[in-house]
Amino acid sequence: MAKMHVSTTINGEPTEFLCDATDTLLDALRGPLGLTGSKEGCATGDCGACSVTVDGRLTCSCLMLAAEAEGREIGTIEGLSQGGKLHPLQQKFLEMAALQCGICTPGFLVASKALLDRNLEPTETEVRYWLAGNLCRCTGYDKIVHAVLETAAEMRGASR
Amino acid sequence: MTETQYLAPHSLDEAVSALLAANGTGRILAGGTDLLVQMQAGIVKPGLIVNIKKIPEMTSIEETPDGGFRIGAAVAGAVVGEHERLGKAWPGVVEAINLIGSTQVQGRASAGGNLCNASPAADSVPALVAAGAVATIHGPNGRRTVPVEEVPAGPGRTNLAPGEILVSFTLPPRPPHSSDAYLRMIPRTEMDIAVVGCGVSLTLENGKCTAARVGLGAVAPTVLLVKDAADALIGSKLEDDALEAAAEACRAACRPIDDKRGTIAYRTKVAGVLLKRAAAIAADRAGRA
Ligand SMILES: Cc1cc2nc3c(=O)[nH]c(=O)nc-3n(C[C@H](O)[C@H](O)[C@H](O)COP(=O)(O)OP(=O)(O)OC[C@H]3O[C@@H](n4cnc5c(N)ncnc54)[C@H](O)[C@@H]3O)c2cc1C
Ligand code: FES
Ligand code: FES
Repeated sequence: MAKMHVSTTINGEPTEFLCDATDTLLDALRGPLGLTGSKEGCATGDCGACSVTVDGRLTCSCLMLAAEAEGREIGTIEGLSQGGKLHPLQQKFLEMAALQCGICTPGFLVASKALLDRNLEPTETEVRYWLAGNLCRCTGYDKIVHAVLETAAEMRGASR
Repeated sequence: MTETQYLAPHSLDEAVSALLAANGTGRILAGGTDLLVQMQAGIVKPGLIVNIKKIPEMTSIEETPDGGFRIGAAVAGAVVGEHERLGKAWPGVVEAINLIGSTQVQGRASAGGNLCNASPAADSVPALVAAGAVATIHGPNGRRTVPVEEVPAGPGRTNLAPGEILVSFTLPPRPPHSSDAYLRMIPRTEMDIAVVGCGVSLTLENGKCTAARVGLGAVAPTVLLVKDAADALIGSKLEDDALEAAAEACRAACRPIDDKRGTIAYRTKVAGVLLKRAAAIAADRAGRA
């Protein structure tokens, strides 16, 4: 059967791709679009490694059809750094060793950015609940949560 | 095998005709947080997927002229949680919908999908039942409305006829000093399936309970409306013996399964405990409403 044609915007760039009706957005990102930063940990919505934003809303790209991207604004991990400069979250994750193998990291970064975009003063509890859908097998959560809190503090300082 | 087709119609009538033409192989896609998991697992292989999120009536929240609310069946949980006036009038319904999954799942999961997936443990359903929510259904023969508790038929099955789509939930207007609450028992603090879920909605007049409804989840093949528990609360000032009578009515209504999440004895006991706690929270909120 003929493939479906989808027009969307990814990290601010108008983009077109072809997909099958049952392809997930994650399939399209990692396949035809070559954006392999989003990872597949489970494909069932449990791990958050595939996190993206859709019109600014945090979503698992494994639980969304590629065809649903039509006309929407998708944000992926590839859009975090700007002009070759790491996002403050990425910088802080490196400084505070908030990653080991790194497979969960793109998902944590996209999810954490979605949090800081709406709330630059999250409490530790808020960070932990917000990130409850992101699983990490190796680093443990303390370093990740503290890196997010540190970044928020720094970004508040910078915006004063 | 024939390949799956995908449609995103802009009207309900188009969606209904497409579903009918698909001869039982069509599946409605709201947030996809159940449907896509089932497709990945190979449990369902739809011939047609109908994305209903382009239908404005299904993705909006409105206040009705009489002071109630109409919540589109496909509105994502995160959007429900951001509606301030809805959260004031129906904090229990909103907290139940917001308990579904993670932040990512909230970005997509809808109350309509939660109800139509027909899990006995669906978190939003006991709260909607307690709220007296009415489901509006659009189908080949036009529209009908039914109480939410009449939509599920059993685990994974609904009473929707072929081609029928759940359009929205209507919540009734709220008298003064009314409120609601939803509590679930899970072994973890987040991301788990309810062992028992309990929704209570009530109205107080000078401290006396004048109206109440109780919804109980995960203790029977479908979510239950427990009228005897509500009757035990109505007319009381929520004294200990009235709460104990309502808890006993909840325990008596339980017909749970025994599984790794909880034994029959445990689920039954917890149903009574959650009733008392949820009623206390709802009463506290109502006192301030
Ligand atoms: C990681 C994870 C965690 C979860 N945690 C919870 C939890 O804590 N509590 C809980 O209750 N659930 C949980 N769920 C299950 C799921 O998220 C919910 O049931 C959710 O509300 C489903 O809504 P949806 O919009 O995604 O439904 P969909 O997957 O789009 O649809 C579900 C079913 O309902 C049908 N359907 C959808 N909308 C309509 C309609 N308007 N009319 C007729 N039929 C319709 C679909 O065809 C499908 O069969 C979880 C799921 C995941 C992946
Ligand atoms: S791959 Fe999407 S949540 Fe795990
Ligand atoms: S760093 Fe390996 S899973 Fe998180």
